Amino acid sequence: MILGIETAVEHVGVAIGDSRGIRAHSMLASDRRHAESLTPMIQFVMAQAEAEMSDLSAVAVDIGPGLFTGMRVGMAAAQSIAWTLELPMVPVCSLDAVAMNADWSEDLVAAALDARRGEVYWAMYRMRGSGAEPQRISEPVVTSPEDFAIHIADRAEQVVCVGSGFERHHAFFENVAFATLLGATAQFPSAQNIVALAAHRIAADDTVSATEITPMYLRAPDAEINWSTREAAK
Amino acid sequence: MSEFLVNESTVVLAIETSCDETAASVVMGGNDVLSSIVSSQIEIHARFGGVVPEVASRAHLEALIPVVNSAIEEAGILPSRIDVVAATAGPGLIGALLVGVSAAKSLALVWDKPFVGVNHLEAHLYAGLLDDPTLEFPLIVLLVSGGHTMIIEMRGHGDYTVLGRTIDDAAGEAYDKVARFLNLGYPGGPVIDRIASEGNPHAVEFPRAMQHEGLDVSFSGLKTAVMNHVRRHPDISNVDIAASFQAAVVDVLCIKTIRAAQQIGAKGIVLGGGVSANSALRAEMTRRGNEAGFKVALPSRAMCTDNAAMIAAAAWHRIASDGPTSLACGAYPNLKLNAVPR
Ligand SMILES: [Zn+2]
Repeated sequence: MILGIETAVEHVGVAIGDSRGIRAHSMLASDRRHAESLTPMIQFVMAQAEAEMSDLSAVAVDIGPGLFTGMRVGMAAAQSIAWTLELPMVPVCSLDAVAMNADWSEDLVAAALDARRGEVYWAMYRMRGSGAEPQRISEPVVTSPEDFAIHIADRAEQVVCVGSGFERHHAFFENVAFATLLGATAQFPSAQNIVALAAHRIAADDTVSATEITPMYLRAPDAEINWSTREAAK
Repeated sequence: MSEFLVNESTVVLAIETSCDETAASVVMGGNDVLSSIVSSQIEIHARFGGVVPEVASRAHLEALIPVVNSAIEEAGILPSRIDVVAATAGPGLIGALLVGVSAAKSLALVWDKPFVGVNHLEAHLYAGLLDDPTLEFPLIVLLVSGGHTMIIEMRGHGDYTVLGRTIDDAAGEAYDKVARFLNLGYPGGPVIDRIASEGNPHAVEFPRAMQHEGLDVSFSGLKTAVMNHVRRHPDISNVDIAASFQAAVVDVLCIKTIRAAQQIGAKGIVLGGGVSANSALRAEMTRRGNEAGFKVALPSRAMCTDNAAMIAAAAWHRIASDGPTSLACGAYPNLKLNAVPR
């Protein structure tokens, strides 16, 4: 069974399941108390699923883009579990997991998460049917919502928009022709989607080890940005 | 579980990620260090002139599993031999602490072993005891680092009173600021220590703030005095400035620490924290402490700077007295010396 961990957004989520479905899951709108909630939640979900550590076959985790500190809490936990149990890991991009909330869509899907500082993380997808792995047609990036809105408009086709990035920057997307805004239920990646996506990747033998998995930050630390700007000015 | 029996064969795996060192260690029986691995980020932060929290957190996550793996391998034990998993829960950089706490709690969960969240300041006190188990209480511990300057009375395990502290900059912070001002690079402590040995410590008699009263210290005025002096005498050599600055810092720390030891009738003086690796402080404290009749314990340089062996040692004592920490433990960036993470 696959353990799925989601801490890269405001909430904390844990799910356990396999290619046939989710056995148990839990979610807490944690207000960023990720580290406090995560370990007890893993314990709880494992108990609900009547699963032992030895029943796990893989560990999947949201590697971002998202909240840096929250994501690292999940990464550190997931890596530690996978490393001790010598299990393969599946790194899941937060935007892939968000896009999966619109897996019913026949139209193009735009997934976006709020990146703070007036920016959004986003990527574009085509769906391949309910429960299937979304097909990325543009790689995850961080840009202003204006640039993203222009990108959507330029596509000149019907687009289903999912993710907290749209809600947060609502005004930029209201006037984008063809765009459909989904409701609150699909705002965030879920641990269930992490497990579902991981099941597909495992079937395709697409896994990494606990020491190979790396986060997807998309943004350098401020200090590094400031330092490069200063160096460039010299 | 309110108490947990520990003994001479209890094995603790500890993780330390509170600042800019990713460290892991395996310690048996509270003082037998089987391994102590430290992966330093100093080079990563050098170009920024100080520790950058986000940069530190990223580096901790990268180094974590390899460091823990090396600690277990070097200890020559199987993971199944580990009885307790510990991590620094505070004080420190929140994002950095969370990496270690999250990992340690997960290891404890998978191995079904108790977890202990450790107070980093308390652990520094244990670093001295690790290197010299013959020390007897009460002790005066001078804890000096980039983040802390404290004179602590240690009456027994888990029994401390902070008698004096800096009212402004930590000693290590003063070193870093002066080094930056003199364009000597980062971190300031080692480079000033090195060049000070070539300079005249009496070239400039810098102020020793508050030396005649109490046990608190202040370094902000000293730092300003250094800057003013250099601005007024641009031709003075860096080595003389470094030597005179260091002499003032060491003088104040020795005076206050020995005063504290005399006040409580201490059985010994112990140094701890990164600045206690400073050669002048080690030499002067030993000389003056011994003159005043005190045994002075100087932990090895590896035990002065941040490491996980001291975290394991503190965890061994804490789990004996307070039992394990809840798996709902978080990170506490402003944890006080006497606070125990729950
Ligand atoms: Zn320290």
